[in-house]
Amino acid sequence: MTVTPPIAMLAELTHRCPLSCPYCSNPVELTRRDAELDTAQWADVFRQAADLGVLQLHLSGGEPVTRRDLVDLVIAAREAGLYTNLITSGIGLTEKRLKELDEAGLDHIQLSLQGTDADMADRIGGYRGGFARKMDVARWIGEIGFPLTLNAVLHRQNLHQLPRAIEMAVEMGARRIEVATVQFHGWALMNRDALMPTREQAREADAIVAEARARLKGVLVIDYVRADYHNDYPKRCMGGWGSTGINVAPDGLVLPCHAAQTIPGLVFDRTQDRPLREIWYEGSAFNAYRGTDWMPEPCASCERKTIDFGGCRCQAMALVGNASATDPTCIKSPHHAALQARADAFAAGPTEFTARAAAG
Amino acid sequence: MIGAQDIPVIPRGVRMQFDRVRDRWVLLAPERTVALDEIGRAILSEIDGARSFGQITAGLAARYAAPEDQIAADSRGFLGTLIERRFLEVK
Ligand code: SF4
Ligand code: SF4
Repeated sequence: MTVTPPIAMLAELTHRCPLSCPYCSNPVELTRRDAELDTAQWADVFRQAADLGVLQLHLSGGEPVTRRDLVDLVIAAREAGLYTNLITSGIGLTEKRLKELDEAGLDHIQLSLQGTDADMADRIGGYRGGFARKMDVARWIGEIGFPLTLNAVLHRQNLHQLPRAIEMAVEMGARRIEVATVQFHGWALMNRDALMPTREQAREADAIVAEARARLKGVLVIDYVRADYHNDYPKRCMGGWGSTGINVAPDGLVLPCHAAQTIPGLVFDRTQDRPLREIWYEGSAFNAYRGTDWMPEPCASCERKTIDFGGCRCQAMALVGNASATDPTCIKSPHHAALQARADAFAAGPTEFTARAAAG
Repeated sequence: MIGAQDIPVIPRGVRMQFDRVRDRWVLLAPERTVALDEIGRAILSEIDGARSFGQITAGLAARYAAPEDQIAADSRGFLGTLIERRFLEVK
């Protein structure tokens, strides 16, 4: 199999975050500040990434704005020739800092939305006053002229706010909105009963997105991740394991996807110990589920195997305890019927959730 | 649909760059990378925020010694896709 270079890197600069969203995709075991890569180490990772073929860099977290060297990191990323996107909740950004990021050459901002009003947003994010601050940040982003994408994670408790979220994206002048139904990894898995949308909600979201896409054509691009557990086929996770994306955790661990650490037995390399190029092409974790050779039946003989690559490995791990199994959200999986029944049961669960912890 | 008088503009956050690893030109936009063929690159290189779509296609027709209406039709399709994805604006 010929391995092609990665096109995108997700750099999780830190796990620290002022918010505590119950669906946070950070691992339950959060990395401490003193274990984070420093400025020079990240700059080196960015240069290696560009040499390897990465074009798009996503600066993420946790909350990347909590890194005091964020402006320097943006400068380093642009010097390496990377298209640089900041994924933020906005909390901690001031108008002054945004102007510095502008001068540093930041290409794009992706702003997360926890809800469309202060009640919902501040309850989900666990941060009072967060929504009001985010609205200030959105205004400054517009005034400076950064291209903006709004990002909304949908779950049972906020799904009814989707139409308003789309409206807000238009009002803020965003060119895109990402609407992603919650994925059950990390903290979200712990809060599954509180977050799982009902089947009716999933269908409603499909309809809202379809209507808005038609109405807002040329105004707002809507990227939508459906609720795969209420559908027949899984998502193509990460564009295919080890095919397009590479993640670096705050401590330098290089991962094929942000949840890869939930798979026992995989061995990950650290960027401090091994060149990125070698990790991508030869690292055992990247080769574990690359391509189609690892697939069991029914994937091995399925005509969709190069469309979805058997779905999400971490989801197979979380739901059926075997990372090499066909994603159980697939209709061809022997676990599919049981999963759909379980999804309906979770959706009828209580609504209290555990907020994610703070990183030390 | 883009008309002859329209002035195409590449908005902030969208840029052309040489992809040295894959030896090709690409258009970089939020979360998206579009590989460009020679014609695509030629059209985008002509966009300066001042000249109209008609002027650009006339120039390309002369440069490539190709019929102008064909160049216009091809470019209109290509730019139309970019406009729909919000990688290009017109004024
Ligand atoms: S999902 Fe919420 S808690 Fe997790 S990093 Fe993002 S803003 Fe912070
Ligand atoms: S059987 Fe495997 S390859 Fe086929 S659709 Fe299901 S998950 Fe995808």
